[in-house]
Amino acid sequence: MHIVVCIKQVPDSAQIRVHPVTNTIMRQGVPTIINPYDLFSLEEALRLRDKFGGEVTVVTMGPPMADASLRKCLTFGADRAVLLTDRFFAGSDTLATSYALSYLIKKVGEEWGAPDIIFCGKQTIDGDTAQVGPGIAKRLNLLQLTYISKIDEFDLAKREITLQRRAEGGIQVLKTKLPCLVTMLEGTNDMRRGSIEDALRGARSEIVTWSAAEAGIPDLALCGLRGSPTIVKKVFAPAPRDEKAFQIDVQDKSANDISEALIAEINQRQPGLEQDIQKLAAGF
Amino acid sequence: TKKELPEHLKSYKHVWVLVELERGVVHPVSWELLGEGRKLADKLKVDLAAVVLGAPGGTADAIKDSFGYGADLCYVVENPSLVDYRNEPYTTAMTELVNKYQPEILLMGATNLGRDLAGSVATTLLTGLTADCTELDVDSDGSLAATRPTFGGSLLCTIYTLNYRPQMATMRPRVAAMPVYQPGRTGRVINHEVSLPEDSIITKVLSFLPDSATGKANLPYADVVVAGGLGMQNAENYQLVRNLAEVLGAEWGGSRPLVQKGWIPSDRQIGQTGKTIRPRLYIAAGISGAIQHRVGVEGADLIVAINTDPNAPIFDFAHVGIVADATKILPALTEAFRKRLALAAARPAAE
Ligand SMILES: Cc1cc2nc3c(=O)[nH]c(=O)nc-3n(C[C@H](O)[C@H](O)[C@H](O)COP(=O)(O)OP(=O)(O)OC[C@H]3O[C@@H](n4cnc5c(N)ncnc54)[C@H](O)[C@@H]3O)c2cc1C
Ligand SMILES: Cc1cc2nc3c(=O)[nH]c(=O)nc-3n(C[C@H](O)[C@H](O)[C@H](O)COP(=O)(O)OP(=O)(O)OC[C@H]3O[C@@H](n4cnc5c(N)ncnc54)[C@H](O)[C@@H]3O)c2cc1C
Repeated sequence: MHIVVCIKQVPDSAQIRVHPVTNTIMRQGVPTIINPYDLFSLEEALRLRDKFGGEVTVVTMGPPMADASLRKCLTFGADRAVLLTDRFFAGSDTLATSYALSYLIKKVGEEWGAPDIIFCGKQTIDGDTAQVGPGIAKRLNLLQLTYISKIDEFDLAKREITLQRRAEGGIQVLKTKLPCLVTMLEGTNDMRRGSIEDALRGARSEIVTWSAAEAGIPDLALCGLRGSPTIVKKVFAPAPRDEKAFQIDVQDKSANDISEALIAEINQRQPGLEQDIQKLAAGF
Repeated sequence: TKKELPEHLKSYKHVWVLVELERGVVHPVSWELLGEGRKLADKLKVDLAAVVLGAPGGTADAIKDSFGYGADLCYVVENPSLVDYRNEPYTTAMTELVNKYQPEILLMGATNLGRDLAGSVATTLLTGLTADCTELDVDSDGSLAATRPTFGGSLLCTIYTLNYRPQMATMRPRVAAMPVYQPGRTGRVINHEVSLPEDSIITKVLSFLPDSATGKANLPYADVVVAGGLGMQNAENYQLVRNLAEVLGAEWGGSRPLVQKGWIPSDRQIGQTGKTIRPRLYIAAGISGAIQHRVGVEGADLIVAINTDPNAPIFDFAHVGIVADATKILPALTEAFRKRLALAAARPAAE
């Protein structure tokens, strides 16, 4: 069995700062991490491999420094890592990203066997669109299973998979065929630490690195900024609200007094709310 | 980045909203989007259409309500394969409709259904899709200006799809206000047949386990929400948040670190990467008010913040503040409300 996992290197956005004058993102010096959502998919892929045999290949499209994130995946136990990097990809939106990644995955399939499952993260923490997974699935004509909370059954011989999908208002139990593309929900598993052998192998292994030409991407006009239908016209910081909160007087007041003052304030600002709470609390 | 619409796309007109009809229920985000779509359509002087996909005989209420919430017309596909949401038949139906009737703007909810479908539809149509918008507008040349937060809410950006049609965007539940329902409002229904034989669809729905059976949270649509943050100090103290919520018949939730610490389940996280809420009353106890939290609660009518730090950023956007220890205030507030509500219940109903 061959499983491909798509990961993205993202800035640790807790530390992202905005330049106060130019309103641009200051990426310099910001540490990068593997998109946290991708780890749930990587762990699920490694579990399937451990149980059913085969190989896990992790892939990413990004700048040369993204190889650090791939190497980290090798130390977790992935078997192989491929980096697609080329200046033609700069400025890709999700349509252009899924175009490049779909050819990368095709090429990986030609080299090491067509994948039975492709995993993507649910979304990233920087672009945060959740569009690349569905985009790849459509381009490769694969069945798409997003927001998966559990893989119930996996039958490699019958090429069938049964999984639980978080839908609106409940869980759908779905059965479909391989090959397919799966995105895992966060919190569905715990990422392993990786063995010492994996750590050593990860440090030593070569990361396969391809340019657009080496990955066999046919049309560069569909890549990067040129291949992106969306155009980011402006980036700006949200406007601050100038009104500060009205403060309830707490000086020398007991918790009970403060509570009564707050309730009075709530009733004045939201007349009728208390009657409605009455109904709510009574269970209507 | 100039608009140079190719000739064959100039016929794309009107604003569409997908009505998310699932298991007989419409997700309210669809009505919120009809409210937004109405404003865009009026500015562009075009029609607003609702797209209703569903089981044969199962679409009448959704159609009626689409008109009530502002649609001028309804495109309807009824097919047995559209009973449950599945990516394959929904993508086929949606792309067929778009190719035939050619909308210039197509909006969907940023729900699990909408995000799953929008990505497939946009890729099939090879057009642009802006995710999770917080604001939609049309600019002077009639282009859709879609604004969305990025980098965890610390920045906003405005995105255009100038040279492709339709211009697609998703918006999260509760970001837009619910439009006023106009009973008796009607419009034109356009039925469209799509061939979706069940044996050509590979993915099967074996069963559906509804949330009511497992007691899931419904934060986005709650009238009153009580939430705690790291200022609650530990999981035992967090119980004080739940106690107040129980007395108020409210939903309870918290900031992201509480999910990471395991004090609350992830479906109770409020903020950029959690739920967007729009209650009439939001009580935040021991929450600092980081931007990622703020963007999820700004739509609340009344925000009350309890925090020991008078300089906490939450006081920049809360309406009413209390600089005090939340572990002391919450029990007192719970008791005060409990007494008032018990008194009111004891009085015979005035109506
Ligand atoms: C401020 C800002 C706003 C943006 N808004 C939009 C927008 O609204 N619409 C739009 O089309 N584009 C948008 N983009 C561009 C978008 O972020 C990029 O196309 C990005 O390469 C992929 O999108 P994402 O990060 O949202 O990934 P998601 O779609 O959220 O990622 C889902 C999964 O796909 C896989 N994946 C994603 N990228 C890669 C990669 N490079 N290599 C390997 N696997 C990957 C991962 O498994 C990931 O978990 C925006 C970019 C910025 C900076
Ligand atoms: C990509 C990304 C996405 C994120 N998404 C979200 C999200 O969706 N939702 C979210 O909430 N966060 C999110 N965060 C995290 C966010 O940046 C903050 O770290 C988080 O909101 C802080 O949680 P907090 O307010 O509970 O804790 P803190 O920031 O530690 O604040 C605790 C507050 O409690 C006060 N306090 C202490 N003791 C008491 C007491 N006894 N009584 C009253 N007050 C007291 C303190 O003064 C302080 O203000 C995200 C971060 C990133 C990077």
